[in-house]
Amino acid sequence: MGKLFRTVFLVDLLQGLWVTFRNQNPKFIYTEQYPAERPKVAERYRGAPRLNIKPDNGETLCIACNLCALACPETLIVVGSERNEATRRKELTEFTYDTSRCMFCGLCEDACPVDALELTQDFEMASYTREGAIWDRQMLEEGPKPTQYRN
Amino acid sequence: MAETTFLDSTELVLNMGPQHPSTHGVLRVILKLDGEKVNGTECVIGYLHRGVEKIGENRTYQQFAPYVDRMDYVAAVSNGLGYCLAVEKLLNVEAPPRAQVARVILTELNRIASHLLWLGTHALDIGAITPVFYCFREREEVLKIFENYCGARLTTHAFRIGGLLYELYDGFEQEVKTFCDMFIPKVDEYEELLTNNRIWVNRLKGVGLLSAEECKEYGVTGPVLRAAGVKWDLRKAQPYSGYEQYDFEIPTRTNGDTYDRYMVRMEEMRQSIRIIRQAVDKIPTGPIMGKVGKVVKPPVGEAYVSIEAPKGELGYFIVSDNSTQPYRVRVRPPSFVNLQALDRMVRGGLVADVVAIIGTLDIVLGEVDR
Repeated sequence: MGKLFRTVFLVDLLQGLWVTFRNQNPKFIYTEQYPAERPKVAERYRGAPRLNIKPDNGETLCIACNLCALACPETLIVVGSERNEATRRKELTEFTYDTSRCMFCGLCEDACPVDALELTQDFEMASYTREGAIWDRQMLEEGPKPTQYRN
Repeated sequence: MAETTFLDSTELVLNMGPQHPSTHGVLRVILKLDGEKVNGTECVIGYLHRGVEKIGENRTYQQFAPYVDRMDYVAAVSNGLGYCLAVEKLLNVEAPPRAQVARVILTELNRIASHLLWLGTHALDIGAITPVFYCFREREEVLKIFENYCGARLTTHAFRIGGLLYELYDGFEQEVKTFCDMFIPKVDEYEELLTNNRIWVNRLKGVGLLSAEECKEYGVTGPVLRAAGVKWDLRKAQPYSGYEQYDFEIPTRTNGDTYDRYMVRMEEMRQSIRIIRQAVDKIPTGPIMGKVGKVVKPPVGEAYVSIEAPKGELGYFIVSDNSTQPYRVRVRPPSFVNLQALDRMVRGGLVADVVAIIGTLDIVLGEVDR
């Protein structure tokens, strides 16, 4: 009898509809209006790589030890260095980072002994060309500059 | 041999996939149909083959860890746990207690995320559109915890060999507790939407039957096995990472149909919350990373470690030849083994149920093809 009542009066369907009705409240809107509204990524987010520089004189922090290139599973980092005879130190000449093959595992960042290489919170890394995804030293130091859309 | 014409043939061969939304990826199923009835199926896999096992032979032990996340990408944390446990067994080290508890919390959160994705897409396949939005809404909360913890949402690379790299962030416990309190009413809400719904019940009850004996024959594990009435969960059967300390139950059902598998997974989410609640209250202090050198060089030997991933038994077999790279990595993926049972479950059923059965097996093609 109870089952017949529930079948005839569509109790099970109305029960479901009541759930969807409860969730109609506009304060439950979760959609992020992306280009207008910037998402907040976590502090530890692993995004675009950056090669840190000393803020006062613009010198690189990188000591060209090549550990990041060795740690990288995809071997996409190429570190170029040159021995400076005056200071008897290895100095960084070029740094290439192929973001098209990067899977942002963070192993290069972990390997860096001086915190020069860092995966930052920038996440907009699209480029119009394949070559644009291969970042050189200048690009790594300056970081990506995506267009900011506002409405 | 009698002469056959096109009109005589009753069997229609139909390709389903690889670009079919309900095959959950790039699975191709060749269906042999007699009208609406399915006479047989043949799975064609390999469209997502990346050679993960071979990649493992050419990477160091640490370098291979991000790749295992990309097999079952909806449960990346579980994959990482299995791999790290296998290498730790080779090295004969154990993660510190703090790391073990943190690992349990993260893997159980990942189990919830994986089941939520399954529930959303499975309901979508059956024709219920609403649950997918609700499930993804709650899954987002889990992914936010992952992002705050390790900086990535999906392919997390959360665990390292010997423990965890990152210390738990401030407010981790609070965030996890808030999620637990928020989540239980939400599971009830999904159940309210689906469990008694007549369309849902009619589409799922008695569909894709797989008895306990057949499950064992095929080697099927996970919720599919438990829905057939076998109380087998590796977290209880051979506890790893300190699972023996937690009080939880293995949900089982008896019929072994699609509806029972749905009920088992719903109950599993509740049990996961139970484990998380116990674990988050007793996170010990101390180091989070064990004493493992920068260069991982296990002694000659082999190790097999299997864990209970959201989809079933996930095993890693690693052979070491005392170098920095594994000699051989073999993965026993739950999805691949469970997929074998598809033909048995589909045969004799209706073509519309194929979609329901693929959904209920909860396969991820990244793991099937590797």
